[in-house]
Amino acid sequence: MRDLRILFPTRDGRDTVKAIDGMDFEVCAGETFGIIGESGSGKTTLGRALVSLLPPSHGKILHDGTDPAALGISAFRKHRRDYQIIFQDPNAALNPRMTIIDSVVEPLEIMGEGDHASRHRRGIEVLERVGLAAEAADRYPHQLSGGQKQRVNIARVLTLRPKVIVCDEVVAALDVSIRGDVLNLFADLQREFGLTYVFITHDISVVSHISDRIAVTYLGKLMELGPAEDVVEHPLHPYTRALLSAEPVPLPSHLRVDRRIILEGEIPSPVAPPSGCRFRTRCPSVQPRCANEVPAWRDVKPGHRVACHFATADGPPPDNQKAQRAS
Amino acid sequence: MTGVIDISAPTSARVAGMPDAGVSPQPPLLEVRDLSLSFATARGALPITRNVNFTIAPGERVGLVGESGCGKTVTGLSLLRLLPPQSARIQGDILFNGTNLATLSPRRMRAVRGREIAMIFQEPMSALDPVFTVGDQISEAYRIHFPVSRAEGRERAIAALREVGIPAPERRCDEYPHQLSGGMRQRVMIAMALICKPKLLVADEPTTALDVTVQAQITDLLRSLSERTGTALIFITHDLGVVAETCTRMITMYAGEVVEDAPVDDVLTRPRHPYTSGLLRSLPGLSKRRGVLTSIPGRVPSPNAMPAGCRFRSRCTHVVAGCEQSQPMIEIESGRTARCWRAPELVLPGAVN
Repeated sequence: MRDLRILFPTRDGRDTVKAIDGMDFEVCAGETFGIIGESGSGKTTLGRALVSLLPPSHGKILHDGTDPAALGISAFRKHRRDYQIIFQDPNAALNPRMTIIDSVVEPLEIMGEGDHASRHRRGIEVLERVGLAAEAADRYPHQLSGGQKQRVNIARVLTLRPKVIVCDEVVAALDVSIRGDVLNLFADLQREFGLTYVFITHDISVVSHISDRIAVTYLGKLMELGPAEDVVEHPLHPYTRALLSAEPVPLPSHLRVDRRIILEGEIPSPVAPPSGCRFRTRCPSVQPRCANEVPAWRDVKPGHRVACHFATADGPPPDNQKAQRAS
Repeated sequence: MTGVIDISAPTSARVAGMPDAGVSPQPPLLEVRDLSLSFATARGALPITRNVNFTIAPGERVGLVGESGCGKTVTGLSLLRLLPPQSARIQGDILFNGTNLATLSPRRMRAVRGREIAMIFQEPMSALDPVFTVGDQISEAYRIHFPVSRAEGRERAIAALREVGIPAPERRCDEYPHQLSGGMRQRVMIAMALICKPKLLVADEPTTALDVTVQAQITDLLRSLSERTGTALIFITHDLGVVAETCTRMITMYAGEVVEDAPVDDVLTRPRHPYTSGLLRSLPGLSKRRGVLTSIPGRVPSPNAMPAGCRFRSRCTHVVAGCEQSQPMIEIESGRTARCWRAPELVLPGAVN
């Protein structure tokens, strides 16, 4: 098992915006690791840091045992081709003045691989692999639909045969009807090339569908991490529980269970996060202890970690209001 | 506030004869008849929507769904005549309380906009003016229609902010849009839209830019305000979950046409148009975890190359000879229509198995 370890405590950005403030976890080779959280929880920053687009201010990210920050320039350039990222907006990621094939082979050109003809061949191969006809190669981005453009972005990342792909909200800009296609493609490519994915999204239904394990972030910290099914079916952190319940379900009224927990307010500013547990200002189960003490990042069940003083293997602590009503 | 949509029991504020299956004993609030829209381009008129028909009863909450480019936003905009008059051509009737908005003079239209029908948009930051306080902007919306003093306008704005659940409204009233978060801004938009107590609110993707937790707050707010004040709601969205939790009826649009119109619970259980069924089946939450996701093959035909007959034909798995004939909306049962001649015989999967 080639274990990819990413240790990541404390990153203080400019103006000490604590975008990521002490996270540690590891992503295993060949798995799909989902990261969910609200906007402002540090998901995107984390994704960028994972592929060395942002240097960590503290702590380390280890790729397969090596610290990319410690490598020399040329070694680093060789190294980073294994760690690629795909962004949310398929339009912004493609140069409107370059043909599709030029965009797809550009990474190979930068790496100085092969000659022009072999790069071109490889580009066409990859385009076909992601389900685009060879005719698309000579078109420009504006001639393609959103789903096709996202396929192009996947193709250009694949040309480098990376080990790890960070997918930052890759299907958020696509219509539901084609989202399925793109997600199926990701799954096929993973089987074929043994890829490792880090899937960053705010869409719970997407993340729970494709991930092996899910991490829940809130204000730069991890709140919960565990096997996907466990996290979705039996969340342990009050935040995860609330997040899951807020997801609108397209079910007729007689089949819908009303377990909605409406969180008050919005995510606080990362410049001055609350003391103790960061979620306490919105937590329906808050206790005095939460303000004073930062909850430990602990294993509650095997492979299922949570940062809450009161969570147990049976689930999150009860809602204060419900507890009051019961007594 | 429960997450359950209640169609059967009308709340006190709502009109007592709420239609139980869409057959309204009272005159509808809004009746859109054969609304067709086209945009003038260098290469001639480009048709965008064709013969859109629907009605909205007073106090009713209707979801308008479909993929991007299906014409839902332009339909919403055309109800308020917010499309550029130089390039947009509107044909058909928009009867609002008996008045045809499609032919109303710009002056009289201004009296309807904001007062009788209001609209909120997806991106609240671009809809708010950054150089005026939110209080100014909300009271402006009121003072355009009612001759009240500045001081009273401010009082009304504060009351409206309180109504939409903004804490410390007296203070927030004097703040500028950039000082508020996304969810707060959307609440400000709702306060502004509802300050004149309009009879109809058109909400165009009001929660798409927001986080799920905030989205839940905003949809709950819209639903409870609509129940309390009797304001009818047209909720334009691509999120079927949001429709299920907010609306009582769902209108599906595809390629510029209405393809299905049905009560929400019925359409989720048994959609009658293959496109609606396809949309429902594409939701990842409904497939087996890590299994293959369903999707609708192909893409929407472009507006200048619309096929004759059923426009969904090229992507439909139920296509047979006969689908190339033009497809009228047919009534399947009381209050349910679909634009598919095979609808009565097809058994299509919905959100539940």
